[in-house]
Amino acid sequence: MRRQRLEILLFVTPALALMAVFVLYPVFSAARMSLYSWQGFGPMDDFIGLENYLRVLTDEVFTDAVMHNFIIVFASIAVQLPLGLALALLLNRRIKGRGLLRTIVFVPYVLAEVIAGVVWFQLLQPRTGLLEQAVSSVGIPVPEQGFLGTPDLALTTVFVVLTWKYLGLAVLLFLAGLQGVPDELHEAAQLDGASWWQVQRRIAVPLIAPTIRTWVFLSMIGSLQLFDMVWILTGGGPANATTTMVTYLISMGTQRSNYGIAGAASVVLFLIGFAMALAYQYLVLRRDTKADA
Amino acid sequence: MARRATAYGRGGPLVYLVALVVVAVTLGPVLYGALGGFRSNAQLARDPAGLPDPWVFSNYTSVLSSSAFWQYTLNSTAIALITTVVAVLAGVMAAYPLARYQFKLREPLFLVFVLGLLFPAAVAIIPLFILVTQDLGLGDTWWGVALPQAAFALPVTVVILRPFLAALPKELEEAAMLDGATRVGVFWRIAVPLSMPALVTVGVLAFVTSWNAYLLPLLLLRGETRTLPLGVADFSTQYSADTAGVLAFTTIAMIPALVLFLAMQGRIVSGLQGAVKG
Repeated sequence: MRRQRLEILLFVTPALALMAVFVLYPVFSAARMSLYSWQGFGPMDDFIGLENYLRVLTDEVFTDAVMHNFIIVFASIAVQLPLGLALALLLNRRIKGRGLLRTIVFVPYVLAEVIAGVVWFQLLQPRTGLLEQAVSSVGIPVPEQGFLGTPDLALTTVFVVLTWKYLGLAVLLFLAGLQGVPDELHEAAQLDGASWWQVQRRIAVPLIAPTIRTWVFLSMIGSLQLFDMVWILTGGGPANATTTMVTYLISMGTQRSNYGIAGAASVVLFLIGFAMALAYQYLVLRRDTKADA
Repeated sequence: MARRATAYGRGGPLVYLVALVVVAVTLGPVLYGALGGFRSNAQLARDPAGLPDPWVFSNYTSVLSSSAFWQYTLNSTAIALITTVVAVLAGVMAAYPLARYQFKLREPLFLVFVLGLLFPAAVAIIPLFILVTQDLGLGDTWWGVALPQAAFALPVTVVILRPFLAALPKELEEAAMLDGATRVGVFWRIAVPLSMPALVTVGVLAFVTSWNAYLLPLLLLRGETRTLPLGVADFSTQYSADTAGVLAFTTIAMIPALVLFLAMQGRIVSGLQGAVKG
């Protein structure tokens, strides 16, 4: 038994040490930092209790950032879910070039968010960008500051680019689920006179519901952590119209050395993500695990 | 699986039309970048939608002949490789006892990794920056970025590998043990080789994640140690007037991830699906 314990220790120590040093300790110190007023140098001894939280939660820039995150969370589900499902159903049909199509749809997902962002930034340049010109050539007026420079449009524009980037993942996952639906079901339903649409709606989509629910979960978590694309496209601007929780804590921490504020924002971000994960697990995903048991 | 040739479930003209639109929207921005790199800034200004006329190669050649580009590529490659090796090695070692041994703390230990999935790097990013640059003195180094990235890749690695290892047939390992092999020897010579397909999957995931990473390198790397995404982002702000140059740089930076993806498509896809089901 002692020998076995030694072996287990040997096997798990590297992983646990890495997690302890680079995950748990930093998360713990973010929480600790949030209770102090600290500018990043000297001892951390100015304990101020929950004052940083008060300041973060009453800072309009932060509460707006939380709202932007939630807008992206809900817009992603409302737009990408039906669109992804429609494309997956389309690609699941026996059309020519299906394999190639599937590869192409997934291309944006593979690119770095930064690289995709830089290309879109060029496409969206006011006046000179291709998209600006294309839109104005069909007679739609283009805002003077461009899509990314107009506060009312910037977040929507970021969301459009995010949808371009991440729709492929939804399609891919749904498609994999659909291909797990046995052909016999389709055939049986077809023999009973069901149309293609009826089969999809009544059989295929319900059968891949667990995949859909998991995608929703992944999408939610990703939307809460949104940073790269926003930082490249707008930097959080114009006039803080596209800030997210992460852009807020990065600019507080690195540009203004407000470490206490950044720590409090980190904890709030974690708590929101954790609460949503638990709620989703409890309300929605639990059905799946129950069904397995 | 013989598919019957009925009209059911096949594409009509409308389906092909939708597919065409999807392809155009998906590839449009990528092609715009690639073709724009073959044009001059004057051509781009005159007509953003036009084709190269004449084709200009100087944008690409100047990127490929700049030492900065190759330095970024080397940094990205080295950091991604270290991240992958550390994450896969530590991950498979941790997953093995979780799959094979019976011990009291097994499920709580596994829970540590599952909970790790809930801690995004963004939450810990400021303390990580202080830890790596000040406490460990690893700012501007490959290891300073690779080790935290490996740590954050571990949860998903362990969560994917554990069921895979548990599903391997026990008989080979038992036979080797009867022949006097140690548990550690069995791990290296039997379990690791048998789980190669799963190791490649988690490895590719860790590699691509590291290759595309922005936030952590942004805080930790400056100057000569920057990675490709940082290089692309900085180039596009520094030379924002040189649109054709930016497009050429961006396009070349896309190539490695695209090639890796095309070569490893099956693995990436099954890895993502494994992560979703797991």
